[in-house]
Amino acid sequence: MATRQTQSLARLMRAPAIILLLIWMLVPLGMTLYYSFLNYNLLNPTGTSWAGWFNYRYFYTDPAFFEAVGNTLVLVLGVLTITVVLGTAIAMLIDKPIFGQGIVRILIISPFFVMPPVAALIWKNMIMHPSYGVFADLAKFFGQAPIDWFAQYPLTSIIIIVAWQWLPFATLILLTALQSLDGEQMEAAEMDGAGAVSRFIHLTLPHLARAMTVVILIQTIFLLGIYAEILVTTNGGPGNASTNLTYLIYRAARLNFDIGGAAAGGIIAVILANFVAIFLMRAVGRNLD
Amino acid sequence: MARAVKTRTRIGYSIAAWTVALIIFFPILYTVITSFKSEQEAIAGFDLIPSLTLESYKAVQTQNDYFRPFVNSVILALGSTVLALIVAIPAAWAMAFSPTKRTKDILMWMLSTKMMPAVAVLVPIYLIFLRTGLMDTRTGLVIILMLMNLPIVIWMLYTYFREIPGEILEAARMDGASLRDEIVHVLTPMAIPGIASTMLLNVILAWNEAFWTIQLTTTNAAPLSAFIASFSSPQGLFWAKLSAASTMAIAPILIMGWFSQKQLVRGLTFGAVK
Repeated sequence: MATRQTQSLARLMRAPAIILLLIWMLVPLGMTLYYSFLNYNLLNPTGTSWAGWFNYRYFYTDPAFFEAVGNTLVLVLGVLTITVVLGTAIAMLIDKPIFGQGIVRILIISPFFVMPPVAALIWKNMIMHPSYGVFADLAKFFGQAPIDWFAQYPLTSIIIIVAWQWLPFATLILLTALQSLDGEQMEAAEMDGAGAVSRFIHLTLPHLARAMTVVILIQTIFLLGIYAEILVTTNGGPGNASTNLTYLIYRAARLNFDIGGAAAGGIIAVILANFVAIFLMRAVGRNLD
Repeated sequence: MARAVKTRTRIGYSIAAWTVALIIFFPILYTVITSFKSEQEAIAGFDLIPSLTLESYKAVQTQNDYFRPFVNSVILALGSTVLALIVAIPAAWAMAFSPTKRTKDILMWMLSTKMMPAVAVLVPIYLIFLRTGLMDTRTGLVIILMLMNLPIVIWMLYTYFREIPGEILEAARMDGASLRDEIVHVLTPMAIPGIASTMLLNVILAWNEAFWTIQLTTTNAAPLSAFIASFSSPQGLFWAKLSAASTMAIAPILIMGWFSQKQLVRGLTFGAVK
């Protein structure tokens, strides 16, 4: 009796969260899907009409779309490479016995807590500015011509900023994983004459594989949605050189008022995100049992 | 002898680690330093010693009314977190202590809602906000931020609640504790650390959110993330002022973040890395 009572109470306690998330997922997504088949522009007073696949075809044949998808991939892969490689190196370094380990950790994770617009503006104005930035000062100090980062290398600049924001996350996760590495096994390998490189390849790397997978998957979810960093630095330019898919859809919706087109882009973004999501869910799901 | 070598390697590692840490932290440090400079000093070239003037902090308040976005940030971060907890605590409690066959599926489905790119629902949310008058209101944004972080909150609470031994509950039930006793005297004391950790991480996430806050506010409800983003245009060249605004915007959350390293790993990896 008691269990049955508990069960129905449990159902009641779960219900609000489930219903809210169900609404949050289904209603806007359903509306996006519906709008994606409409000719619907907020500036067009004649109203809406059925468009069929027009919006998708329009998106699909627009060179800006391919540029944006390409930029999205470069941005995600660039940031992932930098954060995972440097993150592993830094995690291994601060896992060693060092003086002031607590403070070193605090300094290294700090960028993660800087909100995206602030991070982007700091880098844009204080570090990468072609005449007053620290990079320009450094270049002048070494007698080089300063680089106009956002004009010459817009996408690279954004990759640097975003990598700076996410490096702490990768480092922290990998450090957590490193700390559960079996020290005795390491020592045994060392005694058997395994060099540092072979110990890294045969012991450390396999041990970190799972954490790396998690870092890559979770970061990808967030990196696909990079927006504020682009907004405050390059505005997606020059041309479309630093426009990712998120920014392209934002521009269609908010600057061109093309509701139908933006909705079609949104559906494409959902499909792309789903590829990643499936892998992440598997990785997490395995851990639930 | 061996000891001396050990100390020497330790010093070597320490120098390397501190160098890396200072390089990574440098942009933040330099922003804080610049915030204490005058505007002329700020663009006068590389200089780590400020004149310690507070004029930029005053200017941000008097010229830009810094106080309002700051209050908005506090209200949005706390409001959305508290609201999420109210919905999430019963749900996570039920799933942790009365699991059914479908609990795992429900949790995975909740996680999947987090995978939905925000930009995919930009159009409908924007239009709903325009038509219902929620645009540029704190109410609207609190709801969005709450829904956005709800899956993470439920997941984190669930992983914490699951660590509370079930035998304690059984023992309490055997002793004739009512459901109310169970919750008030047994579960609550054991659950509070987990709830506090979850709250901390969620406040950080909500404070730093910068997609919806920029899309759905103009002036009235704009929190710091939207306010600072507006500095990107003409005012961008007032660096000392920008630095002062930035320093104030990140300082509270940075300090909270330093205390939440463990929760961060747990919350953002959905328990996959511990």
